Order: sequence, then C-alpha cells, then structure tokens
Amino acid sequence: MPQAAEIPAKRRGKAKAPAISRDELQRAYRDMLLIRRFEEKAGQLYGMGLIGGFCHLYIGQEAVVVGMQMCLKPGDQVITSYRDHGHMLATGMEARGVMAELTGRIGGYSKGKGGSMHMFSREKGFYGGHGIVGAQVSLGNGLAFANWYRQDGRVALTYFGEGASNQGQVFESLNLAALFKLPCIFIIENNKYGMGTSVDRASASRDLSQNGAPWGIPGEQVNGMDVIAVREAGERAVAHCRAGKGPYLLEMKTYRYRGHSMSDPAKYRTREEVQKMRETSDCIETARKLLMDDFGVTEADLKLIDDEVKAIVQDSADFAQESPEPPESELMTDILVEVG
Amino acid sequence: MGAVILMPALSPTMTEGKLARWLKKAGDKVKSGEVIAEIETDKATMEVEAVDEGVLTAILVPEGTENVAVNTMIAELDGGTGGAKAAPAPMVAPAPASPAPASVPAAPRAATPEKDWGPTKSMTVREALRDAMAAEMRADADVFLIGEEVAQYQGAYKISQGLLEEFGPRRVMDMPITEHGFTGMAVGAAFTGLKPIVEFMTFNFSMQAIDQIINSASKTLYMSGGQLGCPIVFRGPNGAASRVAAQHSQCYASWYAHCPGLKVVSPWSAADAKGLLRAAIRDPNPVIVLENEILYGQSFECPTADDFILEIGKAKVEREGSDVTIVAFSIMVSMAMQAAEKLAEQGISAEVINLRSIRPLDTETIAASVRKTNRLVTLEEGWPYAGIGAEVAMQIMETAFDHLDAPPVRVTGLDVPMPYAANLEKLALPRLEQVVEAARSVTYRR
Repeated sequence: MPQAAEIPAKRRGKAKAPAISRDELQRAYRDMLLIRRFEEKAGQLYGMGLIGGFCHLYIGQEAVVVGMQMCLKPGDQVITSYRDHGHMLATGMEARGVMAELTGRIGGYSKGKGGSMHMFSREKGFYGGHGIVGAQVSLGNGLAFANWYRQDGRVALTYFGEGASNQGQVFESLNLAALFKLPCIFIIENNKYGMGTSVDRASASRDLSQNGAPWGIPGEQVNGMDVIAVREAGERAVAHCRAGKGPYLLEMKTYRYRGHSMSDPAKYRTREEVQKMRETSDCIETARKLLMDDFGVTEADLKLIDDEVKAIVQDSADFAQESPEPPESELMTDILVEVG
Repeated sequence: MGAVILMPALSPTMTEGKLARWLKKAGDKVKSGEVIAEIETDKATMEVEAVDEGVLTAILVPEGTENVAVNTMIAELDGGTGGAKAAPAPMVAPAPASPAPASVPAAPRAATPEKDWGPTKSMTVREALRDAMAAEMRADADVFLIGEEVAQYQGAYKISQGLLEEFGPRRVMDMPITEHGFTGMAVGAAFTGLKPIVEFMTFNFSMQAIDQIINSASKTLYMSGGQLGCPIVFRGPNGAASRVAAQHSQCYASWYAHCPGLKVVSPWSAADAKGLLRAAIRDPNPVIVLENEILYGQSFECPTADDFILEIGKAKVEREGSDVTIVAFSIMVSMAMQAAEKLAEQGISAEVINLRSIRPLDTETIAASVRKTNRLVTLEEGWPYAGIGAEVAMQIMETAFDHLDAPPVRVTGLDVPMPYAANLEKLALPRLEQVVEAARSVTYRR
C-alpha cells in the first residue's frame, strides 16, 4: 500500500471487509493484467522500431481505469488524454485494434491515421485519445452536456493528469459543469509528474480533489493504486451524477512506473522511488494477494488468467505486424463527411 | 447658456434610429443623468440621458419619428444657443464624420440564373440568420444554440431575437464568458451527434477557442479513420465593424480557410445568410460562418420558400461583365458592386463574383469568368499576406493562367493592426477608388 502520508485521511484506518465479490476482483485483476502486459509489449515493439512517434505507457496506473469502468453502464462515455491505451482496453476495445493502430496499420482503430494518442470507439463509448493537454476536459464536459441535453441518464468520465489540471479550460469546464449540473466525473490521475515536473513544482493547490470546491463540486482523494478503493469512490461519484446532482471530482493518487513517454529517461526521480512504489503499492500484486489470501483463489487459477492475457497480447502483437499499412487511397479520405 | 441635444449613436455601427418616445415635454426641467427619451434601433431600445441641467425649451423631432440620422438636433435646452451636445448613452461612440467605409448597401442585382426559388421579400441579414436558425431548430431537435448573450439578452447583435421564447432554455443557452470552455463543450457534444450552433460575439473571441476548433473539431474525423464526425456551426460577426480598433477588427477568413476538415462560408446578402446558414447547420462537418456586423441591418430580397437553401462551395455571379472579374466576399461584395457601377461609367464592364464559400472555393466559377474577361481583381478586408486574394490568384494561375492578359491584382486591408482614428481606419480598409484603379490597371486603362 502507499505510504501512510499518501493515503487520504478519511480513508485511513482499519481496512474493512472489501466490498467486492470474488468474481469482480478476479475480473479486475484480469483487466489490469491485460493492460500491464499490453503496455509491456507495446514498449517492446517501440524498442524494435515497430511503433513510432509518441508512445505514453500506462504501467502502474491500471487500477484507476479498471476500477472506474466497473461503475459504468453501457452508453456511459469515457474520454482521456494521450496516455490512453489502458482506458481503451478497460472500455472493452479490442487489443488487436489498439496495437495495430500503434504500429500504424489498416487494422488499427483509426486505420493507422491516428496513432497512439488518437483512437475512438463510439460502440464502446470511448471518445479518445486527445493530444492537447487539457482539451479533453472541455470535450468530456460536452459528452456530459449531451447526456444532460438528451436526459438519458448517462455519465461521462473525463480523465486528465495532474499536469493538465492547471490548464485554464479545466477551470472553465468545472464552472460550466457545476453551472449546468452536467453528469461529468472529473478524474485527475495524479501520477506525481507532469512530464518531468513534479506536482508540487506545478500546482499551488496541495489537494487537487478540492479544485472544484469554489464551484461546489464534491471532491475526494482516492488511493488510485487500489482497485477496490477506486471502485468504491467511483460508485459514489456515478450515483451523484445519475441523481442529477451535477459533476463530481476524484483525485486518483497513482504512479506511473515508466517515463512520460518512451523517449523520457525519467532522470527527475530516483530509481529507488520507482522501485519502492512497485514493491509496496502495485495494484496488480495487491489484487493478486487479496485473491489468494481472502478469496481462496489458487496459483493455478491465476495461471489460467495469466495465460489468457498473454495469449491476447501476443495475438495483438502478431496482428499489429501482419496487418498491412493503410493503402495510399486512405491518405485523402475522412477529411470531411461527404454530403449526400 | 443653452445647448442642443443631438441624436446619439448607440453603437459603433449605428447611423440612424427611431425616436420612440419622449419622457419629457417642452418646458420640463431636466437634470443631468435623467432619462429624457427612448431610441429604437433595429437591435435594441436604448435610453437617452441628459448631459446638462436645464429647461427643455423645444422638442425638434417628435416621438415616433423613424430614421433619425445620428447627430440630428432633436431638442433644445435653455434656448439652445450653446454648443451642440450629443446625449450620451451606454457604449456611445462619436458618430463618424463620414459614413463607415463600405457601409452603403448596393442593391443586389442577380445576373446568373440560379435555381428559381419563387417569390422574395425584403429582409435584413439579421432576420435571415435568425430565420435560418429557427427553421433548422424546428426541423431537428438535435440543433441548439449556445453563446454569450444569445438567450435572455436576445443576442449581442440581436441575431437570436425570439429564439429563447420559441425553443426554451435547453436549446438556446447563455454561456458565461468562457470561449475556450464552451467551445470545447460544444465540440464534445457534437461528437455524440448533437448539432450545436456556437455564436461568438465576434470572431475575434474565437481565438480563445481556436485550439478546440482546429485540433478537436476539424481533425477528429481524420484521426478516427472516419468514425467520429463533428456536425457543428461556429458563427458570428467577422472583420472590421467601425471604430472598434485592432483587437475587434480582424478578418478570420484566411485563418480558418487554411485548415483541412473545416468548411468556411461568408454571406453577403440576406439570401446568402439564410441559405448558407441553413446549409451549414445541416452539414455533417464543422462549418465556420463569417458574418459581418455592418451588414446585419441591411436589407436584401430573400426567397420566402420554406425549403430555400444554398449549396456550400458555390460562388454567385452577382453582376455579369466582360472586361474584368472582381472577386469579393461578405461586405466587400457591396464595394465590388459599387466599383462595377463606376467602371461602367468609364466604359469598363466588370463581372462581380460573390464567393459565398471560402472553403471549398468555387474555382470553377472564377476560372470560367476569367476565361471570359482575362483579368482578375480580388477584394477583401483582411490582410494581404497569405490572404484569400493570394489563394484565389494562385488557383487561377493553376487553372486559367493562359487566359490571363494581366497579372491579377489584390485589393486588401493594409498590413497593419486596425487603427482606431477614423481617418486612419478608413485608410487601412479597402477603398472604392482602389478597386476602380485596380480594375483600370489590369485592363490597361491607366
């Protein structure tokens, strides 16, 4: 678990019985593991020159998207920034389509025209994948606005990093969401570093969960390394939004093990810091231990999950290399929707 | 010492108004700051306050008088022997010594046969825009309007008059002054299939939001491999109004037309405004509609047919001619029409093309005209550098070079931030004589 100082005061204390079933936790474990193994494979393919450009890995933060996704219903929406592979897999998008987009192939979600930062799936409620830091917050507000306009009871999860949380349009969005009572859950994934700048060097706010307080937006700090804690907080937030009470803000205290992108050597933090997080707070190890200690799941059961995940990831990597590059005829399509 | 009270200008572009009501009568004492009359323009009713204390000795313009020009003497105070005092009002700008550049409407004179839409009636550009939005909102519940002052205030320029009443507060929504935030919100809503109309109080303010317009609205269809379109309209007044200086007097045609994934239209007449805005709202792509504040109050004939609509991407030959092609858009079409009139007096027959659509550009219509006239003059209010004139000229080089008998000439705004001073502003904008001169030079009459 994270060091005591990082656990929000109100969540500290004796752990109560986890409000999660064996099946749910097993599913969460599987989904987190899929993201972890997928990202490791993406890192490998990047190293082999099969993936180009920017590639921001989600390793370490898996509990956030998996825990939140457990709170959603079909039709709810998700939007995030450029560190988006985990979000896509969590919404149920195919590993094949995501990996093939990373390699810039026609079998990718955007036919190879978007890349790591720009993938979408209307079917799964995933609205990107946005490369301009903070822009997805206004856009996510718009997804929530559409739910409000249609009065369809859906909620929009709008993810952004603690680095983006300082953007002007984020504050504009908090105001608009509170003003119109939009069903928007703002999720700050505080992984402590906006690229190479630690949060205390970038934000005068010491408690980002209170960044919506001036507009009356309830906020919570959540241990983002614990999928159960994430889900519990997520359920509160979703219930608030579905009840028509307006937006909610969750600050997920999390950590990315890798650099900001593949090209970041991460010299701004010590190897020991990263190692310590991995050893003491890893979301997958925590879930694994809980499954075995509290739910009687065996090594053999977990091995089956590991094998399933490994197979999916290997299949996605194979597909991403076999799928051809987009034909040249794709170059000048999808610029405008043709008017009939 | 007496004074006269003059008809005040209530906005930078007001040239006349209706003296709706006197709240004082001759012989009444008035105090400084007291409301003495109400004035109506096509945008709003405003109160006129007295500047000086004294006795209102005569009312020179009775209430109910229409079309009272700015600076007309409307009353006398204490015998009216002193210096003239224009009554101030909120946002008063001193009336320009001469009419705002290019503010004179030219009677639209259609030369090319377009589809015959049947009967027409005279309406202002403002009414045409409002009618276009109302028609589309009636037809499609996914269409809604957001922007600053669009609902309760009825529009900063009164374009959305009556829409709140008809469509209610969910479909006509006032936004706080937060362009970046509400533009991004509208783009996000459009990703789900809603069809927002975003009004910018002026396009100058769209720069606060330009990242969402370019990076989110225009590129997402491509980045998603065709999955996620953005059916949205961004509209509002563009370009110079009158005496509003550098930050409020800029033409964005070239900025937005530069970007693949956007369509850009710029109406001149009421028919353009109605037909193009309806087409923009129905278009499944992001469309920028660059309007013009000075044109809002001007009247043109406009088809009354319920289904009247124009096609985006088609220019209109407003006046046929054989010696020179003048290409213009928005308010500059008025100037082009005036220039054609002057040139006709000098024996030069000018063809005037109203672009209507900036992107896509109707190169075919321009090239067909140039093949006939062999000469090209482009006219725009915006800056010359990488402007629309440059693009039009280059496209003609590429498609009709062999038909040109003279190098094309651009008439543009000067390459300078817009000055405030009336004389300098006039010099910074295209002038009629420059257009006439340009046409003479390409026809070698100079």
